[in-house]
Amino acid sequence: MAEYRASPFGLYSMSLFSQILQFLFSGLTVGSIYGMVALGFTIIYNATAIINLAQGEFVMLGGLIMFSLTVGAKLPLYVGFPLTILIVMAIGVLFERFAIHPLRNASLLTLIIITLAASTLFQGIAMFIWGKDPYTLPPFTSGGPVIISGAMIVPQTFWVLGTAMTIVILLGLFFEKTIVGKAMSACSFNPMAASLMGINVRKMVLLSFVLSAALGAVAGIMITPISLMEYHRGPVLAVKGFCAAVLGGLGIGYGAVIGGFIIGILESFTTALIYSGFKDAVALFILLFILCFKPSGIFGSEEVGKIKEF
Amino acid sequence: MGKENLKPLVILIICLSIFPIFVRSDYYLSIMIFIGINAIIVMGLSLLMGYAGQISLGHAAFFGIGAYCSGVLTVKFGFSILTAFISGILLSGVMAMAVAVPILKLKGHYLAVATLGFGEIIFIVFNEFLEITGGPSGLSGIPSLDFLGYSVKEGTRYFYLVWTIVILLLIFSLNVIYSRVGRALRAIHGSDVAAAAMGVNVSWFKVQVFVLSAVYASIAGSLYAHFITFISPPTFGLFASILLLMMVVVGGGGESLWGALLGAGIITILPEYLRPFKDFDILAYGIILMAILLFMPEGLLKGLTVLVKWMRKKIVSRETVIGQGR
Amino acid sequence: MKKSWIAFLTMVFCITLTQSVWAAYKIGFVAAITGPASWIGEPEKNTAVMLQEWINSARGISGVPVEILIEDSKGMEGDAVLATKKLIERDKVPIIIGSSTTGESMAMLPICERAETPMISMASALSIVTPEDEMKRMETSAQPWLEVAKKQRYWIFKVAEKDADNVEKIYMYCQAKKIKKVGIITVSSGYGVEGRRQLKRLARKYGIEIVADELYEMRDTDMTAQLTKIKASGAQAVINWSFGPAQVIVTKNWSDLGMRGKIPLIQSGAFGNKNNIKLAAGAAEGVIVVLQRAVFAEKVDPKNPQKPVLMKYKTEYEKRFKSDVSTFGGHAYDAIMMTTEALKAVGPDKKKIRDYLETKIRYWPGVGGMFNMSPSDHTGFGTDGMEMIEVVKGEWELAK
Repeated sequence: MAEYRASPFGLYSMSLFSQILQFLFSGLTVGSIYGMVALGFTIIYNATAIINLAQGEFVMLGGLIMFSLTVGAKLPLYVGFPLTILIVMAIGVLFERFAIHPLRNASLLTLIIITLAASTLFQGIAMFIWGKDPYTLPPFTSGGPVIISGAMIVPQTFWVLGTAMTIVILLGLFFEKTIVGKAMSACSFNPMAASLMGINVRKMVLLSFVLSAALGAVAGIMITPISLMEYHRGPVLAVKGFCAAVLGGLGIGYGAVIGGFIIGILESFTTALIYSGFKDAVALFILLFILCFKPSGIFGSEEVGKIKEF
Repeated sequence: MGKENLKPLVILIICLSIFPIFVRSDYYLSIMIFIGINAIIVMGLSLLMGYAGQISLGHAAFFGIGAYCSGVLTVKFGFSILTAFISGILLSGVMAMAVAVPILKLKGHYLAVATLGFGEIIFIVFNEFLEITGGPSGLSGIPSLDFLGYSVKEGTRYFYLVWTIVILLLIFSLNVIYSRVGRALRAIHGSDVAAAAMGVNVSWFKVQVFVLSAVYASIAGSLYAHFITFISPPTFGLFASILLLMMVVVGGGGESLWGALLGAGIITILPEYLRPFKDFDILAYGIILMAILLFMPEGLLKGLTVLVKWMRKKIVSRETVIGQGR
Repeated sequence: MKKSWIAFLTMVFCITLTQSVWAAYKIGFVAAITGPASWIGEPEKNTAVMLQEWINSARGISGVPVEILIEDSKGMEGDAVLATKKLIERDKVPIIIGSSTTGESMAMLPICERAETPMISMASALSIVTPEDEMKRMETSAQPWLEVAKKQRYWIFKVAEKDADNVEKIYMYCQAKKIKKVGIITVSSGYGVEGRRQLKRLARKYGIEIVADELYEMRDTDMTAQLTKIKASGAQAVINWSFGPAQVIVTKNWSDLGMRGKIPLIQSGAFGNKNNIKLAAGAAEGVIVVLQRAVFAEKVDPKNPQKPVLMKYKTEYEKRFKSDVSTFGGHAYDAIMMTTEALKAVGPDKKKIRDYLETKIRYWPGVGGMFNMSPSDHTGFGTDGMEMIEVVKGEWELAK
């Protein structure tokens, strides 16, 4: 029979430790989703200093296209996965070529608006193709939830966490060690200087959008088995993902992921301790707090912050 | 106020005055009322974004504060309409000031997202404080306007009310632009550092404009609440803020207040035109917006004037060619 | 000479064309086809399209074709208001059906009242058909959970059951199963808020205690935190009130947390779509749902007078649109069919249609339930329109 003990959580039949662990796990699951979206923001920002408010749509497209390929066209997972990513990357190319590049000299405001307009457009197209219904994907590995000390976590979460970690490491190596990566970072600092150094700024910008689209697609594919996907999921993910990116330090890969976890866990504990209605405000309050006191984020450096346009 | 603005202003006033005489349909009058309400907010935004160069991605929050103050204070607490209206303005102003001081130090994308964050938080407040705001189900039974027994419930009268306020605010805004304050703002837009070097108190001006634009939005919110008698949070959420932004950019409000009015008009009417498209209207919306942004990034007002000039040139050159050809 | 004859004939032809167009019966129809409430508005629109075809292929109403003018309100009250004004003024419809949500309907009804046009809303809140002062009287009375509305708005009707009825059905089931403590988890948008309000208001009537009260947002991706709190609260059942993918996520979380068999999950009516069962991928097994009969028409007792109506609607809808019926489409069905009957009896006269709806819709079998409209009840049916259903092997079965 259950043991009833008094605690800040009220009467309960789960041990305190299990409950805390459960909230932690929920936070990690959600946080990893935010982290992956945040990584997408990071890449484009690193190359162009643009914040792509249509990032959430790449995630949405990744999930939905994967559904059409694997469930609709019945392609196997290992074919559908890279194919989906390629398709979304192609969409990223089109987006950059037709919406971003022509406006490269326009004001910041116009660039923000065009990404918003593109977001609306993508949602409209998605609604046209897939309708308004939610779709799901089968989890990558079958099997029920894993129970650890009375708290449960679904296997798919491990996939999301693992992928996020791998991507962070790969991106870190890319930006630090490869010429292309370093060139991309140079572009965001000062495009003029970068091009004077022989860097093809146009190509870098395009590459950043392509990478970001790929990342978004991976995020979408990963999270659909846990939380389904529908045409309108983009904006919420984008806002939370952006908060995570800023929290960790805009432009810093591992910062984005850690920022995602922090927000996810804080949301989970806000639900537990305060009131689930305010959960969404958590990410936003964090955002405002950070922007007011340390815009460069947890892992960002102050000097870099001063150079960059904060 | 600028001499070149006098002529269009007079024309606008004349057209608006006679509009309800020719158009008696409540439907069209309602559309014009919505345009007017949006125009008020957009003028404020235009001052903020165009002249002071600050972005706001959460301005619908102030629209909402005005609407909810008017609504909640009259419905739940029995305040008079005027008191509620003024409370809305005061609350918006105070919140704007509280938010502006820390946030306006940021620039570019950071400012944009900070304002977005603020807008979202206010939206959550509207949604969650059920007892006061009615939460997601909204607040109904907001009284229609009543000035000492003269009811402003129906279309024609509300039309005149809204557009009178629009014109008054337009004149006020034009005066601001052409005053010392306006010049200071434009200096700031050009370069913070240079303006400060010239002795302009940059942060103070930025805060002032932000507060002013918030007050405009609040006025519009109160007008909206009393017109439609029912309000709910989604009207004041992220999408609404984005629409407002689109109005400024599409019309070319970044450069001119007239552009702001044009943008408000176009974006408000667009969904009505897109009605026949049913499901595809979101798609059409996105396409049209992207097209305008790509081909006329300065906004429709500038874009159209450029187009008209280009066409005139073509006609003139053709005439000369034809003349020569004979 | 010839030319003027041709011109004359053309003119006559055109006039006759316009005459036949004029002669069509127009019905104004506003629904949230796109936007946040499109999951409600889309089946409503589909039903309207299908019904127009049915009626017109059966020679219309006494030989006059019917034209259902469908407008999209996008789920926003501003657009709903404009659509209503357009329909009343430009299209001169004698009746407005719509809209899909309570908020929009609340914004639309003053317009219909002012224009003295009858309105049948497809949304559920009692406040749509009940004037404010009557609502206040009920809420401030000594025992609000026992109150029943006595006055209704003159021009406004609705065909959707009150959320209160759904809640009462659930609580009756709980009473029967000796469940005294429940945890509720609701979505913090219109539909969920209304459900939560009713759940809290009526709990006392059935001797039920709400030991946990959790919320989440429509687009949230994980509700294990909230469900964990409910699991820990001593609740004997958990009631979820939401729609869209969130319902499925709650179901999956509930299943993953191992609550099946220990703490039953009761879903609100929005769950009534086979797609939800599919999306839950097995997690929905054993879930209880309060549903209107449209969704499980085959399992309805053949002696129930609703059965032929339900079967016809379900089979035709699924054939035409290749997707499951839903209760919302049913609301559109009931509203349009009532209107059609009224038009047949009294023609396109606003007052006469209104009177017909109030007085002649008695023992009227619809998709939603058995309707009995009266001056003190402009909804017409209640808890009798629903059943408690259990998901067994992926199918709807009557819960025992």
